[in-house]
Amino acid sequence: MIETNDLSKQFHDFVAVEGVNLSVQSGQILALLGQNGAGKTTTVRMLTALLQPTRGTARVAGYDVAKNGHDVRASVGVLTEHHGLYMRMTAEEYMDFFGQVYNLPASLRKTRTENLLEYFGLAEAARRRIGEYSKGMRQKLALARAMIHEPGVLLLDEPTSAMDPESARLVRDEIARLKSAQRTILLCSHNLTEVELLADKIAIIYRGRILIQGTLDELKRDVLGHPEYVVRFSNPWDAGGLELPEGMEMLTKTPTSFKVRVEAPEESNPILMQRLASLSVPVVAFQEEMRTLEQVYLKVMAAVRGKDYVQ
Amino acid sequence: MFNRLRPVWLVAKRELRDQFRDWRVLLPMAILTLCFPFLMNEFAKETIEFLNQYGANLVLERLIPISIMIIGFFPITVSLVVALESFVGEKERGTIEPLLTAPFDDWQLYFGKLLVGAVTPLTASYISIGLYLFMISRQGLALPDGMVMLQLFLLTTAHAILMVSAAIVISVQSTSVKAANLLASFIVIPVAILMQGEAVLLFWGNETVLWLGILGVLIIALLLIRVGISHFEREYLLGREIDTLNFKWIVRTFWRNFKGGAVSLRDWYGRVLADSLRRARPALLLMFLIALTSAWASYEWIMVNVSDTIEKASPKDLATIEENIEELPDLASMRGHLDASFLFLNNTRSMVIIFLAGLTSFSVLGVLIYILNIALIGGVYALLELIGISPIPIFLAGVLPHGIFEIPALMIGSAVVLYIGAVLVTPQTGKSMGEVILEMLADWAKIFVGVVVPLLALAAVIEAYVTPALLLKVIGG
Repeated sequence: MIETNDLSKQFHDFVAVEGVNLSVQSGQILALLGQNGAGKTTTVRMLTALLQPTRGTARVAGYDVAKNGHDVRASVGVLTEHHGLYMRMTAEEYMDFFGQVYNLPASLRKTRTENLLEYFGLAEAARRRIGEYSKGMRQKLALARAMIHEPGVLLLDEPTSAMDPESARLVRDEIARLKSAQRTILLCSHNLTEVELLADKIAIIYRGRILIQGTLDELKRDVLGHPEYVVRFSNPWDAGGLELPEGMEMLTKTPTSFKVRVEAPEESNPILMQRLASLSVPVVAFQEEMRTLEQVYLKVMAAVRGKDYVQ
Repeated sequence: MFNRLRPVWLVAKRELRDQFRDWRVLLPMAILTLCFPFLMNEFAKETIEFLNQYGANLVLERLIPISIMIIGFFPITVSLVVALESFVGEKERGTIEPLLTAPFDDWQLYFGKLLVGAVTPLTASYISIGLYLFMISRQGLALPDGMVMLQLFLLTTAHAILMVSAAIVISVQSTSVKAANLLASFIVIPVAILMQGEAVLLFWGNETVLWLGILGVLIIALLLIRVGISHFEREYLLGREIDTLNFKWIVRTFWRNFKGGAVSLRDWYGRVLADSLRRARPALLLMFLIALTSAWASYEWIMVNVSDTIEKASPKDLATIEENIEELPDLASMRGHLDASFLFLNNTRSMVIIFLAGLTSFSVLGVLIYILNIALIGGVYALLELIGISPIPIFLAGVLPHGIFEIPALMIGSAVVLYIGAVLVTPQTGKSMGEVILEMLADWAKIFVGVVVPLLALAAVIEAYVTPALLLKVIGG
């Protein structure tokens, strides 16, 4: 698990991370979103005991990052911003080297290397120099390296960037598998669709501070307001005389549709459906308006910069 | 223990493998290692022919060890690139972060890099020397005796460790490979100068002094390793600083530390300078003990060795000594000619030399100069006793009046140098090496300006205008 309390980092006069509080339990994925330079990498580096916090505490896999750096590093798997591959080594040698770094016995190193390279489709290129690999292959190898010691905590910085859709899917499936295997995962990504698919919790960081965090539904509700529903009819119908249930607000109307905001859909929506049916309104569709994480993110960023959010 | 050392070997092994796959490193190293002994052998042949014309066999005998030392040195300079880019190269290639996130302790990473940095040049050096020895033995030339060979072997090893440990310090502290390579001249040039001194010793054939030289080089190398580990910060290696010399920051940091937030000269003396002196107090105590020991040791040495020499000296030698003494300037004639400003500048220059020597050798050379200065007092005291003059009145009249200011100034100034060396080899968490050095320079400057210079000025005035008069009264003239 990962727990941070008021985690802060200052470089001379520059505040890189300020008062970050995060909590990620086993079997959870937390996605950390933010612009480049927002403090994601600094946070990850503090969680891997590479940087000493200037204030606050962090515990990773049960160890204090400030006091037990060695144990923290032994317990985490990190996919760094720069993959850091040794170009003159083969993938097999590279995996074996890191297997030795994590003190794995030779037979286990061999098995895990074979399995991981096989899973990521690198088995055939296992004996080729990494320098000859494509960008996507390097990314997959770096990810495989982070998993060689089957760490309890994974810190993944842009795990699918530079990958083709097929490989990205492969990596997402692996991350989902790791989650179900009770691993704790911190994911830094600019791919919001991926985050929507994988993350249990999302935190948005800006200039070193966490602006908002929660589940996707919580973020949508808190940032974009209550869910919105669109009702469409087959023939023009005047919705002006329609009495809306309590907690429902009319947003827009056209001759063949209207849009409402609903505080408690599970209570109000059936009532509205009943009323429309009793009025014999020719309803052809009753659907929730798609609200994405991207909208949430852009609205939060617009708000923090004091600009209007344009959907 | 093996488990603790295993990661060291792991880091070194990986890098060695990488190196042996890089022809840009291998080729120059191989060319130099294999070709240089041939060149040197040709040079030796020519030299033999030349020297044989004059029957100067001794020169030839002494040239071979020097050639061996030079042959050992060149492969080290080329292979130094491995050590120079050990950390900064990985930083530039972006491979450092996975390595830093691995469960290595700082010292394991550091020694892994140090090991590979030292093994390559040493192997190249030994191969080169071996090849040269083989060639000269084939020519029927006498190889240096076992002791000299051992010294040469140790000297080459000490050079390699010294240069590699300095290169690793540079590699950790540099922000780019280019900067590290530029800084390499700060290693190669001093070692080349050092080798000239060692060549003189080899030519002179003084084994004892050469042993001391080897010991000195090894001590400096060990101190460099200690400095490197003390200032090894994962955080710094991940920094994105660029290679610009930030004069503004340097001046600001120095001035901030020098001024120490003082609001007046009184505040500066009473608080800021007092704090610096307090920090240097253990060093001052140590310098005091060193002073007692070296004065006593030189007194003893003179009493034993010089009296022995005087006893064994022939009447002719004694006559020569007496003549030399008579040629010394007459004390009475010096009266009024001693210039306080000259004495002050001379003593101040000595203090600056102690500081500079200490700064470039982690205090070692600075403390050595201090010991020599203090030993002189013990030595003169013993000499006076040996020639039958009671030293106490001479010292009371000729040394004490200005010495009570000059000796503490020397002691305090040298103690700060020792303190700086100690701080440099001690871990300073959260500070870059540059910050530590600037703080130390400010500490030295504070004590130098605030204490040493006023004491030396006072001592110079007394030495120029009071001491000669007192001394004349005691010895007459």
